[in-house]
Amino acid sequence: MECRLPFSLVVFCLVILSSTVRSELVISSVEKWVDLHSHIVRVVSFLKVENQGPYDVSEFVLAFPDAQAKNLATMLVIYLEEGKIIYSEFPINSTKPKSKQSNMTFYPVTLPKKLEKGKTAGLDVYVVLTNLLKPLPKEITQAESQLLVYTDNIYYTSPYHIRNQSIVFRLPGRIESYSEYSEMRLVESELRYGPFEEQPPFSYSPVVVHFENNNSFAVASNFVQEIEISHWGNVQVTEQYTIIHGGAHLKNGFSRIDYQANPSMSGASSFRTLVARLPPMSHSVYYRDEIGNISTSHLRGDSQGTQLEMELRFPMFGGWKISFSIGYSLPLHDFLFESDAGNNVLNITFGSSIEEIVVENQIVRVVLPQGSKDISVKSQFPTKKSQELKYSHLDIVGRPVVVLEKDNVVPEHKRYFQVYIYYKFNNIFLLGKAMMLILGIFLLFLMCILYMHADLALSKTSSWEEETEGRK
Amino acid sequence: MATSKVEGSSSLRHAFGGVLSVFILLLIGVVAFSIRLFSVIKYESVIHEFDPYFNYRVTQFLSKNGIYDFWNWFDDRTWYPLGRVIGGTVYPGLTLTAGTMWKLANSLNIPLSVETVCVFTAPIFSAFAAWATYLLTKEVKGPGAGITAAAILAMVPSYISRSVAGSYDNEAVAIFALIFTFYLYIKTLNTGSLFYATLNSLAYFYMVCSWGGYTFIINLIPMHVLLCIVTGRYSSRLYIAYAPLVVLGTLLAALVPVVGFNAVMTSEHFGSFLVFIIIHVVALVYYIKGILTPRLFKVATTLVLTVGIAVCAVVVAILVALVASSPTKGWSGRSLSLLDPTYASKYIPIIASVSEHQPPTWPSYFMDINVLAFLVPAGIVACFLPLSDASSFAVLYLVTSVYFSGVMVRLMLVLAPAACIMSGIALSEAFGVLTRSMKFHITKYFECSHTEAPAKLGESTSTESSAPLENMTKSDTTEKPEVARKEKVARRKQKKEKELTENAHVKPVSAKKEKRPLVLPLEASIVSVFLLIVLGGLYVLHCVWAAAEAYSAPSIVLTSHSHDGLHVFDDFREAYAWLRHNTEVDDKVASWWDYGYQTTAMANRTVIVDNNTWNNTHIATVGTAMSSPEKAAWEIFNSLDVKYVLVVFGGLVGYPSDDINKFLWMVRIGGGVFPHIKEADYLKDGQYRVDAQATHTMLNCLMYKLSYYRFVETDGKGFDRVRRYEIGKKHFKLTHFEEVFTTHHWMVRIYKLKPQKNRIRGKSRKSKLGSKSTSSKSGGMTHKNPWN
Repeated sequence: MECRLPFSLVVFCLVILSSTVRSELVISSVEKWVDLHSHIVRVVSFLKVENQGPYDVSEFVLAFPDAQAKNLATMLVIYLEEGKIIYSEFPINSTKPKSKQSNMTFYPVTLPKKLEKGKTAGLDVYVVLTNLLKPLPKEITQAESQLLVYTDNIYYTSPYHIRNQSIVFRLPGRIESYSEYSEMRLVESELRYGPFEEQPPFSYSPVVVHFENNNSFAVASNFVQEIEISHWGNVQVTEQYTIIHGGAHLKNGFSRIDYQANPSMSGASSFRTLVARLPPMSHSVYYRDEIGNISTSHLRGDSQGTQLEMELRFPMFGGWKISFSIGYSLPLHDFLFESDAGNNVLNITFGSSIEEIVVENQIVRVVLPQGSKDISVKSQFPTKKSQELKYSHLDIVGRPVVVLEKDNVVPEHKRYFQVYIYYKFNNIFLLGKAMMLILGIFLLFLMCILYMHADLALSKTSSWEEETEGRK
Repeated sequence: MATSKVEGSSSLRHAFGGVLSVFILLLIGVVAFSIRLFSVIKYESVIHEFDPYFNYRVTQFLSKNGIYDFWNWFDDRTWYPLGRVIGGTVYPGLTLTAGTMWKLANSLNIPLSVETVCVFTAPIFSAFAAWATYLLTKEVKGPGAGITAAAILAMVPSYISRSVAGSYDNEAVAIFALIFTFYLYIKTLNTGSLFYATLNSLAYFYMVCSWGGYTFIINLIPMHVLLCIVTGRYSSRLYIAYAPLVVLGTLLAALVPVVGFNAVMTSEHFGSFLVFIIIHVVALVYYIKGILTPRLFKVATTLVLTVGIAVCAVVVAILVALVASSPTKGWSGRSLSLLDPTYASKYIPIIASVSEHQPPTWPSYFMDINVLAFLVPAGIVACFLPLSDASSFAVLYLVTSVYFSGVMVRLMLVLAPAACIMSGIALSEAFGVLTRSMKFHITKYFECSHTEAPAKLGESTSTESSAPLENMTKSDTTEKPEVARKEKVARRKQKKEKELTENAHVKPVSAKKEKRPLVLPLEASIVSVFLLIVLGGLYVLHCVWAAAEAYSAPSIVLTSHSHDGLHVFDDFREAYAWLRHNTEVDDKVASWWDYGYQTTAMANRTVIVDNNTWNNTHIATVGTAMSSPEKAAWEIFNSLDVKYVLVVFGGLVGYPSDDINKFLWMVRIGGGVFPHIKEADYLKDGQYRVDAQATHTMLNCLMYKLSYYRFVETDGKGFDRVRRYEIGKKHFKLTHFEEVFTTHHWMVRIYKLKPQKNRIRGKSRKSKLGSKSTSSKSGGMTHKNPWN
């Protein structure tokens, strides 16, 4: 494969280097678990890596086919040595694929500790993928179940030699069909292929699973979150969603009588409610869309968090779309801290508050109070950052807005990553608006007093004439 | 020394009274605003009903695209394929008002959405209307009556019904404009100031912008002017109040695109021009009378009268001929149905089909103006004691509005301010008399019982009671030489108007002085005051009840209380949201015209007809389609490019104002244009029914089928909860339409037209044969598709 890229000496050297790096490592065993319960595919691979080369190795390369890499939402690698977790936070997403080889994308992982020669270490790779489940048939009626197809490589895609491997698909229910292999076993809802012994790098053999999955296929094509900070002690969060049912499209129309009266035809693949987990202490929650309040929702709160159960305006069938917005207020002291340098540090959670949802495009707008300075953002994954100004509530100079944009956001982002925003704010600005109002009203009264005392008549002829009259 | 002290204390009292009345007025404004918020508190901050949705949509357009695009707006989302020129056919007052308010708030960086501004426009203008009522009544009968009338108007149910938060309709601002125009007219009449006359025309302009009801003003004011002339109360003040209004007002009115040349060409405005001529003739006569000696004047009169009558006769004859040549006699349909209440039901079913154009029932009077109905006669009496120009206007306003409210329920709204003014006058006069007599008795009591010790108490009371009187006489005496001197000056300078105003000011004071105060027994007056307060309390209770229970439902969200709590029916918005998100942007949705505005505003889809019923034929086409059998209906809808048909059905939950109950109007309106639709075909022995005894035509028309498609499967019998019987035809299939969406409570059902290519030739022929064999009448209908 190296012969494909001889056009530059540098590249050539690089490739030689990487290939030598690769050849030193051997994956002694891999077990790959593919969770297909929802429309988000979660893959956990338990790798055992052995260093057979003469040198210590500090880098390990993960490889994914382009089709998966394109839809890779997030990845987490846990490094184990002798069964103990050594290090679990890898800033992997921030590194770019190093080189391209045919249809592969590589993610080099810098190990926290060099792997000495002859030693073995464990690597747990947790990958979240979206958009990989394709409905088949593409259109179903209300009575039918939704069937999905998942295609993968039966062998673990890796640039290293693999001695022993197996792959397990965990399915939510009935299985329609699957690729036949000699080493395979179907136990209830677990489909296991393997073990396969001694496979060279980049072994490939397709495996297709066709199975029933009626879990809610909610995809937010657009999600805008606005977080408005008030140093009076409140954080106002507004979230706007456009949600699509990303599964098999509905054909032959929707029949309410079947939906209501006939449980078998009530649209197993449709969903009617979405659950949002709001932070604890959320209050003043609203749920509405562009034509008014949506009255069907329940709110439950405890110390762990607030759960907002939203019933959508109509049950969502395949291909249907809806949009709505929710909003809530939070106490500021849970999110704002003071750093030693006199900075305010705002700690916000990225991601949607709705459970099990894929966000295709998320925009977070953090509106800082008027007069904030020296703003800097630190996030643990790459986002498009920009700044703008927003005018609201009698603003004069406008509030700085930090805009973060990211594609393909999954619930895992919410759990593991946080965004820190540093800025400086002088609390004296809090009084500015009150002063402005006082001054405004004072001026108004002053003008009224002046107007009452001033004589604005244009001509004084009549009085003058009377005076002259009197003199005569 | 003493006089200055008295003057000082009285000016302090004046200042105190002024501050107090400003404070009271402020509170009245707050009451007027907050009593209308029940709809927001009980339901939500949302636009109500039908027309407000259109106004909301127009306001959105205005705020997004600006004023110039607004005037040029051709709306292709409605009346497909005709479209509608919104800028030229809408009364822009409300939209411009709300748009300006929104712009103002946003320029101050107050982040209000257009919807919020629209929702709260009506309550804000109700507060303004209350203040305008204060001003008007103050001009008629003094500040006491003004404050009482303002308080009454702030919570009169009739007005609340049209101006709760969210009821974003023309009437919301128009009532304020109406009262304010009347106030400025009366103010001009009382002062003779050209400044107020100009303001009056501007207020009239605002009224013309806001509401078609401006014709009421342009007819009422001439009537009053005529009344004044006839009763010999002509004065230059009257001239100044009227002539500029007609000239400026008509010019300004013609600027509003929707009025345009109607301001001079329709019969509604002729009255004002006629009176305009008359007032000039009268002015000329008065002028000549001033120049000539009485004998010469008599000669001139006879000369002018003979010539004048001849000329007048010719002019009148020409006018009558011109007017009579037009079919509607130059009157618009709504105005004609005002003059002849039976007109609409005879000729224009589309006007008659609107429930708010029906005559009201007696209970609705009690519901809408409550105790005011009893206070109004007392107010009229008070207006005649003494009768001034202003009070005669108030009486005339009341009488005409009573007539109009009797013709159309909607115009109850015009009656409400008049009733409030009258009741305010009545209450304040009654309180005046009663408290005066109580005070008289109390002071007398103190004087009698404490004869040996007049001391400080009696003294203070006596000075207090006599202070105003003393002051009054003092000021009179001080004024008199002044007045005399001024009169001299005025006569020399020929300032007749000024003299007249002075006289007008002096007259009521002297009249009051001459009239001995009416004294009632102490006990009677205490009891009466108590009873009046109870009456007022009852009124307030009724108003709060009406505002909270009767008039704040937004009608797009329905609620019902059952044993297991509150149940919300949000079906309309469910359907509109579905249409908005799950159909193509350019799809056309056909429904009865009631839902047109809501569909364009909430679902953002093109509709065939809407609540602006400007094209009767188009509505009749939709009516015909709804009352035709499936295939004919499909052809009509297909020729109109319709993709979805929306029907409202209340049979499952018992929502009475559904399409089946409106269906006869569809038949009537459709039949009015396309004669093959006959009302008799849908009635069994003159009765409208959809049960087993219903006619064949009825059970096979599209509306029936779309409403009851698979309805029988809900309970196995097909029991309709609105009509309270089982439906006639229970099991049937749709051949040309397919159900695509039905809301949770079945209140809105949306069907899609099946595409043509899917029909198999053999099948379509079979269905055609079937329909021919089943009914001879419907066979002909397919050929009479109005769009082919």
